[in-house]
Order: sequence, then structure tokens, then C-alpha cells
Amino acid sequence: MDKNISTKFQTPNSKQMSRHEFNPPHPPLVKGGGGGFGHSNFGFGICLGFGIWRLGFLSLLLVISMTVGCQRTKAGITVAGSTSVEPFAELLAEEYMSRHSESHIYVQGGGSTAGIEAVISHAANIGMSSRTLMETEKNLYAVTIAKDAIAIILHPKNPIQDFLLDQIREVWAGKIKSWKELGGAPHPIVLVTREEGSGTREAFQRFVMGKEDISLEALVQDSNGAVRQVVASNPNAIGYISLGLVNDNVKALKISGVEPNMTNIDNGRYTLVRPFLFVFNEEPVGEAKSFLEFVLSPLAQKLLLKEGLVPVLPKLAQE
Amino acid sequence: MQFKEKIIEKTFLLIALSSISILALITFFIFEEGFPLILKIGLKAFLLGEKWIPSKGLFGIFPMIMSSFWVTFGALLLGIPLGLACTIFLSELIPPSVGILLRPAMQLLAAIPSVIYGFWGLIVLIPLIQNYLGGPGLSILAGSLVLSFMILPTIITISEDSLKALPPSYKAGALALGATHWQTIWRVLIPAAKSGIVASIILGMGRAIGETMAMIMILGNAVKMPTSFLDSARTLTTNIGIEMGYASGDHRQALFATGIVLFFIIMALNTLAIFLSRRRAH
Repeated sequence: MDKNISTKFQTPNSKQMSRHEFNPPHPPLVKGGGGGFGHSNFGFGICLGFGIWRLGFLSLLLVISMTVGCQRTKAGITVAGSTSVEPFAELLAEEYMSRHSESHIYVQGGGSTAGIEAVISHAANIGMSSRTLMETEKNLYAVTIAKDAIAIILHPKNPIQDFLLDQIREVWAGKIKSWKELGGAPHPIVLVTREEGSGTREAFQRFVMGKEDISLEALVQDSNGAVRQVVASNPNAIGYISLGLVNDNVKALKISGVEPNMTNIDNGRYTLVRPFLFVFNEEPVGEAKSFLEFVLSPLAQKLLLKEGLVPVLPKLAQE
Repeated sequence: MQFKEKIIEKTFLLIALSSISILALITFFIFEEGFPLILKIGLKAFLLGEKWIPSKGLFGIFPMIMSSFWVTFGALLLGIPLGLACTIFLSELIPPSVGILLRPAMQLLAAIPSVIYGFWGLIVLIPLIQNYLGGPGLSILAGSLVLSFMILPTIITISEDSLKALPPSYKAGALALGATHWQTIWRVLIPAAKSGIVASIILGMGRAIGETMAMIMILGNAVKMPTSFLDSARTLTTNIGIEMGYASGDHRQALFATGIVLFFIIMALNTLAIFLSRRRAH
């Protein structure tokens, strides 16, 4: 930006002008230079002034055009909240917009709590939550759009395949510190957890830890992807992420012999399952209602199934 | 013409003032948001508390203050000798043809976004530390290493300037008295430019304490008292950066309160640096 302005000032003056100014042939000009501009600087001052007015005018135009632009797209709705739900909501919004070209859906992250607060303060039309509503939030209208399982992940080279729920709890509480105690190599266990307030962490705390605290020794990462990255690069690490985000770089652990897959989630044998919610202030109407209906339609649910979530339509889950 | 000058003058004054007022606004809001929590749980429990478990209402940031100092101390331990050596080489020993290439390259180091430093540390340094030194790899050592590179440009540019600002008679006098080039550098020039060099180190320290993105990626962010350089740690800045997305209520206020502590640390460091470089000028 700075560069643009300075060239703008100099180019109209062209060469002879600037030579005249900066290599002044008359000594008096240099003397008087302290107070105001000398006579020969007159043109430069004008140019500077014009430059600024023009710049001001241009930015004014820009602001006006932007506000006008905003008003035109005002018809859209805003979906905000959990970063776990966000990628799926974005996918659904894209699908929805390709079918309804006149509507606009803005998807933002920020976290479950932030999303619910945004709905209460009317900053967003729909809140995304990856945790169940708290007592104080029960008056909101919430719809489960899908379910997500939480997988305990290990490095693929780790020989351990199966854990009891109690063992997982003791590992995360910091009571079991070495893989040796679990029948593995004599290396210290590296715990990887999510940050305080995360929906995934809240679910893990509720399903696995109960009253116990997650050890303060645990590494803290601020997204599913970062947890996966750390576990994938450290053979002694253990972490937890959304089942939908497990890939070949990590291995999902069986819990008490139950493998985390669609069948086991559906028949209730794999219990680390949490709801993904859309939260509204009241029963939705208009655009929000039509988006919700789309999300619950077989087509959208099939899409979610493909992405690794558990659909809320029971028929689809069995396919 | 005079009138137009006045308008331009005032416009610039207004723009300058607005940038300062933004600083004032930020300060005001940090205090407005964070101070109530400090009052609520007590300054001592906040600053010296050793447990940070927001879900249980425990907001002790002592481990983070300590981690911040560990990481910064490590960075200075590596950065100061490296920076000083670089400065001496650049200002006294370098052949001019090499300087043309080396100086911009050094300044380029300052232009690399911190997330790139973090990414590089994550991909290159961390596996090395994991394999050769053990531990989780994400550690204070990795953080200090990366930070020491990040503060090099600050240290080098400012201390080189202060070396260049010395009167030429210092060097000429020392050489005339029979001192060798190295003796002149080490016994005359460096002591004479001392205050500027110390100021550069303090500014580098400020940068190290304030660095966030790279540190989130390579420190591991565990909330505990650091006991060795191979431990994972969480600094004051990364505490804010990693938890702000989901924080609400007291938790959010506690993050702002962390900001207040950081504010005072940075203020103290910058004041010290300004004070030191002023003293040199007089």
C-alpha cells in the first residue's frame, strides 16, 4: 500500500520535477526548507493533496459498495459453533446452496459454547454443538443431526489392540505411566488431549474419565487434526479424536473387544458416542427450517455417513 | 495553500491519534475483562497457583509464568552468543561483497511468518529430539531452539546499529595504541556499545515471550511445572491462544487476566530497553 502511494505521488511529477526538488540548485531553498515548503515545492504539495483526496474518495466508494453488497446478501443464514461439526456443516451448506442458488449459508467455527451463545444473542441463526446442552441451556430447541463416535488412537506400530475402559481411565489419569504395564515395550506413555472447553474433551471426560481428572502431564493440542498429527509421529503416544477423522496414519483401539465401527455404534455396543446438535432459539422457520429439513433428509444423511458420522436415520446406518 | 497545509496536518494528527487510541482501547478492554477474575480469586492464587483446571474453577498460572521464562531463557542462551557473533562478523570482519548478500538474508529471517517456524520445528526438530534425546519431542528445548532463530534478526540489527553509531575515533585510537583488531572489538567496541546490545537482547526477549503460534505447535502445551528442557510446557501466550476458542464465563476472564500479566511483563521489558538505549544516546 505504502509503495503504491509513493509511486502515485512521483509518477505524475515525472523526472524533471523531482530533479528540480531534490537537487535544488538554489541554496536559499535549502535554508528555508525548515519552515514551510519552498516555491518550487508548490506542485508537489498539490499533488500530495490530490493524492489524499483521491484516496479518501476511493476508500469511501469502497466502503459504500461493500455495505450495498452486504445488504443484498442479507437473506442468508449464519451457522456457528463446534469446530468438530464445522467441516460437516460446510459440506452440507455447499450441497444445500448448489440446490438453492438464491440462499446463502455462512458456516463459522468458534466452539460449541460460542455457537450456543451466538444463538442466544441472535448473532447466529443456528448453533452447532458437539456436546449435550447444559441445564441452563435446556430452553433452547436442539435437533440431533448425526452422531459421532470418539476413537482412542495409537501409533500404527504400537502392538496393543485392545483396552478395557478402566485401563483407558487409569492411563489418562496418569496412574499407568509405561506401556510395559499394559504388555508393551518399556517406554513411557505420551498422552495427547484436547484443550479445556473442547466438545471432544468434554465427551471423553464424560464417557471415560467420569470423576477422574485427565493428567496434567498430558500434551494439549487444539484440534482433532493436531492430535492425530502428534500420535502419528510418536510411537508411544495415545490420543482421542472423532472416528470420522481416523486415517491410515493412526490406529483406532478396540474397547473391551468392541471395534469402533458403524455396526457396533448402531447396536449400542460401542458406547463412546456423542450427538452433533443444531441449536435454535425456538422452532425454526423459513430458511433455517428448510436447511434443517435438508440436513435431516436421506440424501444429506447419506453424505454424513460417507464422511464417517453415524446418521440419525436408522435405515441408512444398516446399509 | 496555508489552509490546505493545516488540513493535511490535522488529518495526519487524527490518524496518528487513532492508532494510539486503539492501544488505549485494547489496554482498557483487557483490564476490564480480566481484572474482575483476579479480584475474585485473589492475586496470589492467580499468580502463584500451580493448578490450571478451568472446569473446576482452578486458575493458577504459575506453571505458565515459569514455562515462559524457561523457554525465553533457553532462547537467549542460544540466541545471544549466536547473535553477538553474527553482529561482530557483520560489522567488523565481513568482506563487503559478502555483506551485500548476508545482511538482507538475515533480515529475511524476520520476515518469515511464525507459523512457518512452528511447522518447520514440528516436522524437523521434534522427530530429532524424540529419537535422540527421548521424551515426547514437543518440548521446551524445541521451543527455545526455534525462538532463538526468531530473535536473531532483532538482536543483530539493533546491536549492529549501536556498534556503527560509535565514534570512529574509538577504533582508530585502540588500533593506534597497538591493540590487535580482535582486542579492539572485544575490549573497546563491544563495551562501548554495551547498552545498545543489552537493549537489543531485551527487545529480543520481548519477542520471545510474546511468540504464540510457533509455540502452540511445538511446545506440547501441557500445563505443569517444567522440570527439564525435555518437558512439554505451556507459556502465557499459548495458554490464551489455545483455549480462547472454547472459553466462556470465568474461563474467558482468566484468559484475559493472563493477558494482563503478559502486558506487565512486556511493558517492563520495553521500558527497560528504551531506558537503556536512551542512556546510550546521551
